[in-house]
Amino acid sequence: MSENGAGKQLSRLEYERKARRRSLIIAGLSTTAVVGALVVLVPLAPGWPAVKNSFFNWEIFVRTSPTLLRTFLLDVAIFAWCAPLIAIWALVIAVFRDTRSPALFPFRLFAIIYTDIFRGVPVILVVYLVGFGIPGLGLPRPWNSPYLWGSVALILTYAAYVAEIYRSGIESIHVSQRNAALSLGLSQSDVMRYVVLPQALRRVLPANMNMLIALQKDVALLSFIGPVEIFRQAGVFKSLLANFTPYVVAAVIFLAVTVPATRFADTLISRQNRRRS
Amino acid sequence: MPKLELQAVRKSFGDLQVLRGVDLTVAEGELVCLIGSSGSGKSTLLRTVNLLTPIDDGAILLDGTDISLPDQDPRPIREQIGIVFQSYNLFPHMTALDNVLLAPRRVHREPDSSLLPRARELFVRFGLGDHMHHWPDQLSGGQQQRVAIVRALAMNPGIMLFDEITSALDPELVGEVLGVLAQLKRDGMTMLIATHELSFAAEVADKVCFLHAGVILEEGRPREIFENPKEVRTRSFLERVR
Ligand SMILES: Nc1ncnc2c1ncn2[C@@H]1O[C@H](COP(=O)(O)OP(=O)(O)O)[C@@H](O)[C@H]1O
Ligand SMILES: [Mg+2]
Repeated sequence: MSENGAGKQLSRLEYERKARRRSLIIAGLSTTAVVGALVVLVPLAPGWPAVKNSFFNWEIFVRTSPTLLRTFLLDVAIFAWCAPLIAIWALVIAVFRDTRSPALFPFRLFAIIYTDIFRGVPVILVVYLVGFGIPGLGLPRPWNSPYLWGSVALILTYAAYVAEIYRSGIESIHVSQRNAALSLGLSQSDVMRYVVLPQALRRVLPANMNMLIALQKDVALLSFIGPVEIFRQAGVFKSLLANFTPYVVAAVIFLAVTVPATRFADTLISRQNRRRS
Repeated sequence: MPKLELQAVRKSFGDLQVLRGVDLTVAEGELVCLIGSSGSGKSTLLRTVNLLTPIDDGAILLDGTDISLPDQDPRPIREQIGIVFQSYNLFPHMTALDNVLLAPRRVHREPDSSLLPRARELFVRFGLGDHMHHWPDQLSGGQQQRVAIVRALAMNPGIMLFDEITSALDPELVGEVLGVLAQLKRDGMTMLIATHELSFAAEVADKVCFLHAGVILEEGRPREIFENPKEVRTRSFLERVR
C-alpha cells in the first residue's frame, strides 16, 4: 500500500519533470524563431541603414554614455530626496482622510479634495504649473530653483497616489484589530500608530514599490523645466550630434535600474499573495 | 454593591431590537455565564459593557457608577474591564510579549523594568512561559487565546468579559482555555462569560443567565437552570444544544 503510494508519487514527479522540460524546449524554440526573424527581417527593411545609424550608432553610444551616466546621478538624487518626503506627506494625507471625529472634518475634506485634484491632473501639468509658476513669482534664490519646485511638483502628485495606497491598506485591517486595541484602553491615535499602521504599511509595500519605479521614471519630466538630468542631456547630445542614439543610451540606463526593481516588486507581491492564501 | 449591574439596557441596530431591557448583575468575585442561541445578542451585550457599542437606553453601573453616559472618556473605563473575543485578535505584527505589554506601556507609561516581571509571571502562570517571544502565527489556537487572556489581565482589570472564547478552537484545545477560566475563578476574578460550553457552566458558574428575545428570560444557579428550568423557552434551548 505505502510502496504503491511512493511509486505513484515518483511517477508523478517524473511526469512533472518531463512536462517542465518540454515547455522549456518549446519556449526556447519559439523565442529563437521570433528573435531570428527580427534579426533577419528588420535589416531587410529599406530604411534600416538610416535607422541603425541614427538610433544604434555604437561610436556615439560609447562617447555619450559617461556623461549621460553622470547626469543620471541627478535623477537618482532627485528621486532620493523625493521618495521619503512622498512617503511622509502621503501618510499625513491618509491619516487625515481616515479621521472620523467631526472636529477634524476640515482635515478630512482637505485630504479628499487633495487626492482628487492631484490624481486627476497629468504629472507633467503639475510640473509645469508648479515648476514654472512659483519661480515666476520672482522669489529670491534659492527659492526660485527649478530643482526645488520640480521636486515639489513630483511630491505633491505622487503623495496623492501613495496616500490612496496607504488608505486601502488601513481599510484592509479588520475592525476586530481596532476593537481589541481599544478595549485595552488605548487611545485612537495609539491604535492607529501601534496596531493599524504597522500592519497596513507592510501590506501595501509591494504597491508602493511600483510607485517608486514610476517615480524613478517620472523624474525625467523635470527636464522640461530646467534641471539638466539625463533626459535633457540626451536632448542636448541629440541636437549636437544630430543623432538619437543618446536617447537609446538613456533608455538602457533607466532599464538597468527599473527592470531589477520591477522584478523585486513582483517577487514581493507574489510572496505576499502566497502567504495570504 | 454589585461589581457590574445592567439596568433595562436597550440596543437596536436599525429596526432590529437586539437588547430590549436587559437587567443583569454580577457580584464581586462571581462567575456569571450568559447563554442563549446564536444571534440572541450575547456579543452585543458584552460589547456594550466594554463601551465598544453605545446603548440606546438604560444604565450600566460599574462599581455603582454609570459608565454608559455619553460624553465621558471611555479609556479609563475600558482599562478596568478586560475583554477576550472568540477570534483571539492578537496583533500579528508583535510577539506574544509585545502584545501583552503594548497597553501597559502606552496607557500606564511604566518602564519595562517594572512591567516585565509581572508580564512574565502571568505568562508562566498560564503555562506560556516558553512562548513569550513567539509570534502569534507560531502559536496554536489555544495558546493564542491564552495570550489574549494574559493581554487583558495585564491591565489589572476589575472584571473580565469573555465572548465564546472557545468557539473557534479545535475540540482538543478547549480544555486548556477553560482551565484558565477555572484558575481565574479560584483567584477571585469577577467574570461575565458568554459561552456554549454548558457542562463548563454547570461546573464553575455561580449564576447562569439565559438571554432570549432581548431580555434575560431566566436566571439562577446552574443546577436550577440546567436541571429544572421554569421557562419553556429555556427548556427547548437546552434540548437543542445538548
Ligand atoms: N454592528 C451591527 N450592526 C447590525 N446588526 C448587528 C451588529 N452587531 C450585531 N448585530 C445583529 O444583532 C444580533 C445579535 O448579534 P450578537 O450580539 O452577535 O449575537 P450572539 O453573540 O448572541 O450570537 C444579530 O442578529 C446580529 O446580526
Ligand atoms: Mg456572539
